[in-house]
Amino acid sequence: MENKPKKPTPSIKQNLGRHQDAVARRSNFDEVAMGFGLEEAVTEAARCLGCKTKPCELACPVNVKIPEFVDLVHKEDLGAAASKIFETSLFPAICGRVCPQETYCEAACVLKDKFGPVSIGRLERFTADYARKGGLIKPPPCAPDTGKKVACVGSGPTSLAVAAELRKLGHAVTVFEALHEFGGVLCYGIPTFRLPREVVRFEVDMLRKMGVRFLKNVMVGKSITIEELKKDFDIIYIGSGAGLPTPMNAPGEDLVGVYSSNEFLTRVNLMEAYKFPVSDTPYYVGKRTVVVGGGNTAMDSARCAMRLGPENVTLLYRRTRAEMPARAEEVENAMEEGIKFEFLTAPVELEGDEKGRLKRVKCIRMALGEPDASGRRKPVPQKGSEFYIEADSLVVAIGSSPNPVIQQTTPGLAANKWGGIIIDEATAKTSLEGVYAGGDVVRGGATVLLAMKDGKAAARAIHEKLSAKGN
Amino acid sequence: MEHDIYSTEGLYKIVEKTDISATISKHVIYAPLIAAKAKAGHFVILRSRPGGERIPVTLVDWSPENGTVTVIIQAIGKSTSEMNALKAGDSFSDVAGPLGTPVEIKKYGTVLGVGGGVGIAELYPIARAFKQAGNEVVSILGARSKDLLILEAEMASLGRVLVTTDDGSAGKKGLVTDAMKELYAAGEKLDAIFTIGPIIMMKFVAEASRPHATPTFASLNPVMLDGTGMCGGCRVEIGGKPKFACVDGPMFDAHQTNFDALMKRTAAYREQEKESLEKYGKDHNCRIGLH
Repeated sequence: MENKPKKPTPSIKQNLGRHQDAVARRSNFDEVAMGFGLEEAVTEAARCLGCKTKPCELACPVNVKIPEFVDLVHKEDLGAAASKIFETSLFPAICGRVCPQETYCEAACVLKDKFGPVSIGRLERFTADYARKGGLIKPPPCAPDTGKKVACVGSGPTSLAVAAELRKLGHAVTVFEALHEFGGVLCYGIPTFRLPREVVRFEVDMLRKMGVRFLKNVMVGKSITIEELKKDFDIIYIGSGAGLPTPMNAPGEDLVGVYSSNEFLTRVNLMEAYKFPVSDTPYYVGKRTVVVGGGNTAMDSARCAMRLGPENVTLLYRRTRAEMPARAEEVENAMEEGIKFEFLTAPVELEGDEKGRLKRVKCIRMALGEPDASGRRKPVPQKGSEFYIEADSLVVAIGSSPNPVIQQTTPGLAANKWGGIIIDEATAKTSLEGVYAGGDVVRGGATVLLAMKDGKAAARAIHEKLSAKGN
Repeated sequence: MEHDIYSTEGLYKIVEKTDISATISKHVIYAPLIAAKAKAGHFVILRSRPGGERIPVTLVDWSPENGTVTVIIQAIGKSTSEMNALKAGDSFSDVAGPLGTPVEIKKYGTVLGVGGGVGIAELYPIARAFKQAGNEVVSILGARSKDLLILEAEMASLGRVLVTTDDGSAGKKGLVTDAMKELYAAGEKLDAIFTIGPIIMMKFVAEASRPHATPTFASLNPVMLDGTGMCGGCRVEIGGKPKFACVDGPMFDAHQTNFDALMKRTAAYREQEKESLEKYGKDHNCRIGLH
């Protein structure tokens, strides 16, 4: 590293990072993106022009100080680079992996059109991993105890963000999780080949070291209600996520072998069914798996299924590749892994055998018509285009809506017609005094980054409330 | 005694364990938050150890004073065998709950409880709650044989008990539905029926009461994963509509239940369950459940 360039070298080709071989990774759950080494990171960081206007930072949902941390990577001062990221983002090892940077910071990079953007996401991940593995990350200092108590419902990204911010400000925080692992969708939803579990555990442990209390196996709404929590806590933040799967409402959806993506991913990821029978929770994919949907959850489902050893995995999406909500990188990864994509195709009926097991999927071809309310061209079924795909298992990954249990068990908590909790956008306050909400329980199925952003914003409002006179 | 429901001290410890038969054990577990909220019909999800399977079990009893909940587990697969191998003083790694929707307890008049096998354990707290609400309780208890018949004395303390066994080693030889038909034939007035046991038994209980239009409720036991309404794996068909047993149930109108679909769905992992149990049996030189 002696001849480190001092001036920016933007015209060096963007480094997109190395990936595990596409064939090899089809039989393991190890991380696909392998991450930068130090030399690669420094070379990539050297491409940054350090724009004074900071378009990347402004485009970031949590406003990571991108030009500054990238400059520190360039100078090989990785401890300082990590500290710089931590000033605004507490979970860079997670965000560096799952944030769709191509639509935020990297989309705003001035190098994008000419040479390709700086690989900001990969640099963030590298910096966070380097600091973690080198023991450079210390729990941030917390202000003296304020005596105020906050309960976070759910332990997913939005609650973790709230917990971190409020604990730093000296408030006592307790996180309630219904399942047996902490991290919410980071554990049950996102596969280990995109987000290794040790990264999530490290972040939870860091919060523990800061004094955040974590309680598992407590399903708020059933084990204890919001009203009961209000007796023991000054503030309650609901971040219970989007836990209700959207069904296709196609005949045959009850057949054995038909899964919601929530069930399939929970079996594989949270329960580690991919290790069965070494692990105890089974899965079933059979020889042919079909996945329905075009979002990141559909990609995760298809790629998990592929790793469980069926002969083929086919993904059905009713629009074209251009309309897919999934990250482009994940679509490419899925294609590389041999998943077959059937665009402009929708299932209309699932047929089973005499034992009630899925046998084949009746599909219909679509064409794109006029734009619908979402602005996307509406898929229109093409009469007479029906055909069959043989399938032993099928995963429905067409969305999820907020888990309704808390709304149903909390009198006076206002929700919209999709079941989402209604909040004041500026303060994240719900219709109940002292109760706040954010993340997917408000938005419906969105992203980890937006959930974290909600958490940060809510924490500011909660802190203001707790610091106000008379409180 | 006051229990700190937010404390993890001693949580999920087995304070008392009783082996009821060779394969059925009763566990009294320290879980004060659950004990404080439990009602008849609630269930919990247990894991014996980190990495273990999530197993739903209906609560048999609970004591807010002692901070404990009681479950009765029959060893039928690897996970339940591991649970019953735990001893007093050991701890489950996880007990989540109380989950589900409790049974609506009200005054019907005469309530008939029909329990089969280990389902009798789950029937007991419901029958007791109906008794406490001023109902007359009659019970029909079915088992394969005398040694698998549980809680007969406890059920008898609530009211009249009729026993049927497959081999005639206790009570009358025959099916629970034979006893039901005798009650109907004798002109007994039955105002509601609650049944818990094997799916095939509950299906025939529903068929036996249907001509008499007796309101009948069955506790359904589909394959369940998270137990929080998230995965939909436990979906059952009630009145032609999908319901989630974990949050909407597990008790449903038996006359509206599609038991045939439920039977098919509970068989989904039979081969894998067998594989897992056989591996466990080999690893532990044990023959539990390998019939």
